[in-house]
Amino acid sequence: MSKLHVETIINGEPVEFLCEPHTSLLDALRNEVGLTGTKEGCATGDCGACSVTLDGRLVCSCLVVAAEVAGHEVTTVEGVAEAEQLHPVQQKLLEHAGLQCGICTPGFVVAAKALLDRTPDPSETEVRYWLAGNLCRCTGYDKIVRAVLDAAAELRA
Amino acid sequence: MQRSFERPQTLEQAIGLLEKHGDAARPLAGGTDLLVQMRAGLLRPAVLVDLKGIEELMSLELGADEVVIGAAHSTASLRENADLVALFPGLLEAAELIGSEQIQGRASLGGNLCNGSPAADTGPALAVVQAVCEIAGPNGRRTLPVAEFLTGPGATALGVGEILVSLRISRPPARAADAYLRFIPRTEMDIAVVGAGAWVRLEADGSCAEARLSLGAVGPTVLPVALDALVGGPIDDAALATAGEAASAAARPIDDKRGTIAYRRQVSGVLARRALRIAADRAAQRS
Repeated sequence: MSKLHVETIINGEPVEFLCEPHTSLLDALRNEVGLTGTKEGCATGDCGACSVTLDGRLVCSCLVVAAEVAGHEVTTVEGVAEAEQLHPVQQKLLEHAGLQCGICTPGFVVAAKALLDRTPDPSETEVRYWLAGNLCRCTGYDKIVRAVLDAAAELRA
Repeated sequence: MQRSFERPQTLEQAIGLLEKHGDAARPLAGGTDLLVQMRAGLLRPAVLVDLKGIEELMSLELGADEVVIGAAHSTASLRENADLVALFPGLLEAAELIGSEQIQGRASLGGNLCNGSPAADTGPALAVVQAVCEIAGPNGRRTLPVAEFLTGPGATALGVGEILVSLRISRPPARAADAYLRFIPRTEMDIAVVGAGAWVRLEADGSCAEARLSLGAVGPTVLPVALDALVGGPIDDAALATAGEAASAAARPIDDKRGTIAYRRQVSGVLARRALRIAADRAAQRS
């Protein structure tokens, strides 16, 4: 079977990879591009662990065909920090202990940043609804929600 | 058959691919149902035909007389159009209930309809605003009302090679508005136990000129409920009680893990009353 050659932009850099025609973006990111920060949880769009942005829009990378991103822009969790400088969402998750096992964390980071990029001053309710598609079995969510609200406050300061 | 991924740039190319490959091909819009079904082994198409390169399926036009929504336009993007939300708050309430933010970034009204789930939120909401499905296929174009487009669980009126291109909805007349309510056991990320779309047009004196109600998840497809009894009178508690009874009587639910037949019948009546109340209040504010 001939592989497809895909040219795209990932985290601001031009990237080329080869993949099977029906490979998911999640599998291509992890296995072809070597960006393993994006995690597979359910692989059915329910858990949000594989969240990335596609042309700025929050999506589950398990529900995107890798070939679709040709000519588009993808941002993964690896593109959130500026070099060694953590994004406030990441820093506040650490400070608030908003993670334990860590599998869901990259998805929460990408999703929370996507929220704050659009809505700099979200209410707690807005944060909870926005993150409803990200499942965490460790924290009980409260610490994550507080971290995101704290990150929002810092970004506004 | 060898797997392939096709990204046609025109409707003609897409129709040609779907016609050529028949059952071996599936059109891909947001993929939030299709890719899940493929992963579960329920569908094994060799050819994926990505429709998102076709401008007409991605467009959104708010015309003087009607609104035309491209079938593959993401619901997240629709929600960001304040004019559209103001025109059809009920339709956008339904669209907003389809899955998480991540799902909304990809899901579309057309995809939700074409998936044909009896519990789909867009079905009742589109039916009450009398949305028309614009279909293109090997024999040209045709249109169908949403209620006729949906033919059964997982089934639509689309023939081989046909594509749902857009949804056309007339702008609401004066003193008319829609609403949509869904009942689920929690507030997010679930599938309707019952869904109710309502549309009300009022006379200048506040009495009911027209009322429409469609139910989801309580029949094989969207279920219209006749509300002729409301026309001419005030939309008061008595009228809403009558509408609720009509909804409960019209519902034809099944027993499943989301609810029993008796429970769904009762919830149908409750949601009908509440959705009609919201639609009537909105209509009154549009005087």
